[in-house]
Amino acid sequence: MYNFDFVKAGSVADAVAALKEEDAQALGGGQTLIPTLKQRLAMPTTLVSLTSIPELVGINAAGDTVTMGGATTHAAVAKGVADAYPALAALAGGIGDPAVRNRGTVGGSLANNDPSACYPAAALASGATIITDKREIAADDYFQGMFATALDEGEIITGVKFPIPEVANYQKFIQPASRFALVGVFVAKFADGFRVAVTGASEDGVFRWTEAEEALDKDFRTDALMDLDILPDNMIGDIHGTKAYRAHLVKVMTGRAIAALL
Amino acid sequence: MATVTMTVNGASVSGDVEGRTLLVQFLRESLKLTGTHVGCDTSQCGACLVHVNGEAVKSCTMLALEADGAEVATIEGEASDDGTLSVVQQAFQDHHGLQCGFCTPGMVMSATALLKENPKPTEAEIREYLEGNICRCTGYHNIVKAILAASGQEVPAVAAE
Repeated sequence: MYNFDFVKAGSVADAVAALKEEDAQALGGGQTLIPTLKQRLAMPTTLVSLTSIPELVGINAAGDTVTMGGATTHAAVAKGVADAYPALAALAGGIGDPAVRNRGTVGGSLANNDPSACYPAAALASGATIITDKREIAADDYFQGMFATALDEGEIITGVKFPIPEVANYQKFIQPASRFALVGVFVAKFADGFRVAVTGASEDGVFRWTEAEEALDKDFRTDALMDLDILPDNMIGDIHGTKAYRAHLVKVMTGRAIAALL
Repeated sequence: MATVTMTVNGASVSGDVEGRTLLVQFLRESLKLTGTHVGCDTSQCGACLVHVNGEAVKSCTMLALEADGAEVATIEGEASDDGTLSVVQQAFQDHHGLQCGFCTPGMVMSATALLKENPKPTEAEIREYLEGNICRCTGYHNIVKAILAASGQEVPAVAAE
């Protein structure tokens, strides 16, 4: 690891100021960033730790929305939204392993937008709002391809607002070494229709499978996807699975999520 | 260099570290607490697992400065001062929950964190909780038995799959 200066921010304003340094980088739980630094794939001059900022930690479930601070850990989400939004709790409780969940944060996951991460699927399928130090961004506008988001340089995710669906389910096919999703599908049913978000599969990162949403809006049943196929062209192909395999898995995992809802 | 101060196994300690110094480096190299191991250095194996403010954490994936002001517990603090093993440590010994011993500090700290959260876990819950702790010797069987025993539950002669 190259050396860097470490700043523990005590408030959002402190963090924003510290991130104005050239090549400064925000640090959430570090469960992705620290391994990345060890491989010398990143070389920040300053790391600005966000996890000690009190207003970035905590969960508030009120009415039909769950709002959480950006530095809330996966373990806290798994416990904290178990009643209000069980599918989201299950997703958070399935990330990495217990020790990773005690450090990794929802804001860190969304800011990194790893193409195989779980949270992007939940945020996109829920129609979540990403709250930053400057503005609110709809999930549909936020995710802009593999590791790319609508965040500006130095912009911090302070919170995330998840509308709670009528019912929802997340199905993850685990890549056994990394425990990331080889393919993960989040299906959410709202009063005005279905939203289906797929992670792990596409070269463009998390995406909505709109054909599946339309099919489910028409007919909410197990074989709703029978006549649908997803093209392998844009899928990720690597040593863990070919493009065709991932395309196949998208349909299988979506089917499992639907079956779990019926 | 910056100064870091934390409580480790009940004692206040401090030292000078770089920004990049990992918690596990501070424990092993500055404090000479070498019971915490580095197996993979990539957050997979759990040999470096310690408790930070009561929560299981991989100390190879946390910076020492992130633990400034925290309460840290390592394997060295588990036995009593007179050498009496903790309930979990004793159960590992009784049930042969180790062979080479490399993963054992992390396994014991992980098991201790699990039992604090869930005092009577099922076998399946134990196996799931140990997802982030890798052992290359025992095949986990006796580790799972040891944790069942430490929780005061009956240990099946042959654990299920």
